[in-house]
Amino acid sequence: MHAEQLVQMVNDISAFFAPQFPEAEAAAEVAGHLKRQWEKRMRLQIVEILNSGEGAFSPVGRAAIALLAAEATRPAG
Amino acid sequence: MYAIDHHDLGTPPSTSQTMVSIEIDGRPFAVPEGTSVMRAAALAGVSIPKLCATDSLKSFGSCRLCLVEIEGRKGYPASCTTLVADGMKVRTESDKLHQLRKGVVELYVSEHPLECEGCPADKHCELQDMAAVHGVTGSPYIAGDSCPPRVTAESRAISYQTDTSNPYFNFNPELCIVCSRCVRACDETQGTLALTISGRGLASQVAASQSESFVESECVSCGACVEACPTAALSEKSLLSFTKPTQAITTTCAYCGVGCSLKAEVADGKVARMVPNRDGHANQGHACVKGRFAYGYATHADRLTKPMIRATLSDPWREVSWDEAIGHAASEFKRIQAKYGRGAVGGITSSRCTNEETWLVQKLVRAAFGNNNVDTCARVCHSPTGYGLKQTLGESAGTQAFTSVMKANVVLLMGANPTEGHPVFASQLKRALRAGAKLIVIDPREIALVNGPHIKAEHHLQLRPGTNVAMINALAHVAVTEGFVKDDYVAARCEMASFNKWREFVAQERNSPEAVEAVTGVPAASVRAAARLYASAVNGAIYYGLGVTEHSQGSTTVLGIANLAMATGNIGREGVGVNPLRGQNNVQGSCDMGSFPHELPGYRHVSDNAVRGSFEAVWGVTLDNEQGLRIPNMFEAALDGTFKGMYIQGEDIAQSDPNTQHVVAALTSLECLVVQDIFMCETAKFAHVLLPGSSFLEKDGTFTNAERRISRVRKVMEPLPGLADWEVTMRLANALGHPMHYDHPSQIMAEIASLMPTFTGVTYEKLERLGSIQWPCNDAAPEGTPTMHIDQFVRGKGKFFVTEYVPTRERSSSRFPLLLTTGRVLTQYNVGAQTRRTENNVWHSEDRVEIHPHDAENRGIADGDWIGITSRAGETVLRAQVTDRVQPGVIYTTFHFPESGANVVTTENSDWATNCPEYKVTAVEVVKVDKPLDWQIRFRQNRDARLPSRHKAPAAV
Repeated sequence: MHAEQLVQMVNDISAFFAPQFPEAEAAAEVAGHLKRQWEKRMRLQIVEILNSGEGAFSPVGRAAIALLAAEATRPAG
Repeated sequence: MYAIDHHDLGTPPSTSQTMVSIEIDGRPFAVPEGTSVMRAAALAGVSIPKLCATDSLKSFGSCRLCLVEIEGRKGYPASCTTLVADGMKVRTESDKLHQLRKGVVELYVSEHPLECEGCPADKHCELQDMAAVHGVTGSPYIAGDSCPPRVTAESRAISYQTDTSNPYFNFNPELCIVCSRCVRACDETQGTLALTISGRGLASQVAASQSESFVESECVSCGACVEACPTAALSEKSLLSFTKPTQAITTTCAYCGVGCSLKAEVADGKVARMVPNRDGHANQGHACVKGRFAYGYATHADRLTKPMIRATLSDPWREVSWDEAIGHAASEFKRIQAKYGRGAVGGITSSRCTNEETWLVQKLVRAAFGNNNVDTCARVCHSPTGYGLKQTLGESAGTQAFTSVMKANVVLLMGANPTEGHPVFASQLKRALRAGAKLIVIDPREIALVNGPHIKAEHHLQLRPGTNVAMINALAHVAVTEGFVKDDYVAARCEMASFNKWREFVAQERNSPEAVEAVTGVPAASVRAAARLYASAVNGAIYYGLGVTEHSQGSTTVLGIANLAMATGNIGREGVGVNPLRGQNNVQGSCDMGSFPHELPGYRHVSDNAVRGSFEAVWGVTLDNEQGLRIPNMFEAALDGTFKGMYIQGEDIAQSDPNTQHVVAALTSLECLVVQDIFMCETAKFAHVLLPGSSFLEKDGTFTNAERRISRVRKVMEPLPGLADWEVTMRLANALGHPMHYDHPSQIMAEIASLMPTFTGVTYEKLERLGSIQWPCNDAAPEGTPTMHIDQFVRGKGKFFVTEYVPTRERSSSRFPLLLTTGRVLTQYNVGAQTRRTENNVWHSEDRVEIHPHDAENRGIADGDWIGITSRAGETVLRAQVTDRVQPGVIYTTFHFPESGANVVTTENSDWATNCPEYKVTAVEVVKVDKPLDWQIRFRQNRDARLPSRHKAPAAV
């Protein structure tokens, strides 16, 4: 999918949650939203974009995807 | 003429709970206080003669046929206008009464001779019935030498010329008895007041507007006058081509989310006419020009009736058997999944299909495809409603019944245009407004309800497109800072932490009407006045439409609406609530049935092990616990090469979804597209397998309307392709290896009821008995739930959300200085596939662009000029309609005709939470041009080029 568009979508979601919570909490909310709403290949791609260092993420968006990335690499169990 | 099976009670029911005792012809009865003597008698099984009375209209007392004798009263009062009183003794028959009534009938017959043979109303004419009851075979006033000659048009100084201008009904003044039922129906039922009685005495005559033809008048062709007419003065043209209907089958309209109950009157296995069901719970005996008349598409020559397949898009279609088509589709889906993976295929359910059919499609995707790649057209209309109301209130549905509006004191209407999109609800709303309710309209455009001849809004907050959240925050700011919050209600029913956070947010000065005036363009004083009106109302009700949801902050606005309603205590009783007006007839149902990729039926997340387990136990498969792709995600995945096959039932995404070029690119990249549709729609042009669909007249099932009302759809005629849609899906699932065996949709409903807690008590038997049911229907509410959240919210405590205004990226600029917004008109529906194939084109035969005179003059554009519209997504050309209904800087168009290309210019911008496209805001520039684009000119010539000749569209469409 279009990387720029995916990042934009993350930033739009972050723009909703950022005013509601402190940054770490907002990031967790964004990550939670993505885990419940986005299909797996979109979540994998957004993590790849973060890892590539190329996405123009908002601070909350970046923190949220970092949470997804951390969960993806965490050993099961 | 009302439906052939309607038993008329003469006057409307009383709502009183107090009973009074009366005696009718010596027999005692008890009826509610306020009931007319006529209705009381009818309830007792005694038919009092009548002509000007009918139970859908207030009593009028003009025909003098319904005279009765009442003990202790002088004279012969009219039973329609006389209310019962405790102890009243009524006599309905006597020689004197018979003599009086017979005289009246003879007078009527003098102007309307009993020349009944060939009349469309023959054997269903109330005058004919009255003549028979009183033994009148002619009138003495036209029979003898001593009488004046028969009354003629000349002697009455009127015209007897039949008005045939309306495509669906005629007005024959010669058959008119001037009872005023049509005039009263236009007033009381429809609320347009297009009809009047012109002239005096013998020259009295029904007239449309200022004695114009019906089609040129204000008449909206709802048919209420035709239904109310006791003779054939106003009668359906269709009755002239059929033998007399012998059967009335109650079904549900297939157009908008009002979901009107209709009676299909059948003759020789075909629909002779469609009549509103006076017992219909959603529509209260009313209908509109679409549901009432525009059903001819069901038998249009364009209907697909044979399955077809082709290997590539450049190949001609080949008609094949059902077995071959379904076998081919199944083998292709299996091949694709084997090659590209389980997630490489998906399906789209339809809001035009029944609950049972939608259930089967999502079941096929989940159980046979083995993934959750299922979505529905609600994605592009009300998905933000599902999200926002679930988050705040706990249920993804509106809170009220339509009749609730009659108890509202203030109605806040936001981003909806009911007189065009939901006309039967609009009539009910107009009744509420004319009874004293106040209206606030929030809309960029001056809709008809703002300043009509009989309705005026107290406030029209004509905001700039894309600023809904700023507006809802400003309204909330006033409610919070001026002391309108219902503290006790909030404390008892809502999460206080979330409320306090929200209150602190909206109270900030930056959310005040004064601070956001520069953003919304609406004077702060108007916003304050409107906010005070809503927030101080005893009962404040919010109704909203796609003008709320189809924005980049659509979900945020829905959350904001729910916040405002909760804070002012306006949820949980009649007369209040949050009410999404759904676009298509079964949007609510298709969402309920689990059409979203993240939710199993009943709005339960696919990751919920217990819920998933209940489905796995019944379906006998292991279900994916990961949500699937949404429609726009499917397009993206298709372009990425990871999504290769789609099964689309009854949706035309190539026309209805935004950024057409993008959609077409995605569809053409698929290896197998299976389209199930009644017509060769735009999407079907990219299909490899065509499965002919069945219209709502050809199958059994249920629809669920915007008020959560489940109503029966009943088969009126056999499916033209031989199979109903649910049967086709069942065959496809079986071919894919997942067994489905149902003999009737009632068995599918039984499965639905077994798996959805809100449907536990729903059965076809109960629907038959009650007429309709509003879910939840279960042990706690065995006959359904008209009003939700009465004692507490479904989620427990109502939750508030901070709704920060985030401007859309679609902003006007020097390159694209105007904002395009879209909507619909009364006579066409959605992508027009149905209504374009009816006579409704008489009223709307092309989409036009509304542009303000100021913007038009600046660009040298005159009314009717071709104008080119360019956005960052594409360009199209439409004719201009110069009007101040739109504000400067904003243009507006509809999207009913594919050659209009409205979605060629809309962008892929979408709601942050749900990806609902931002149809309502597209930055554009317009210039005057000489002609449409070449593709538009070619469109008509080419669009059927690949079709067998019998599938070509008629030249007139």
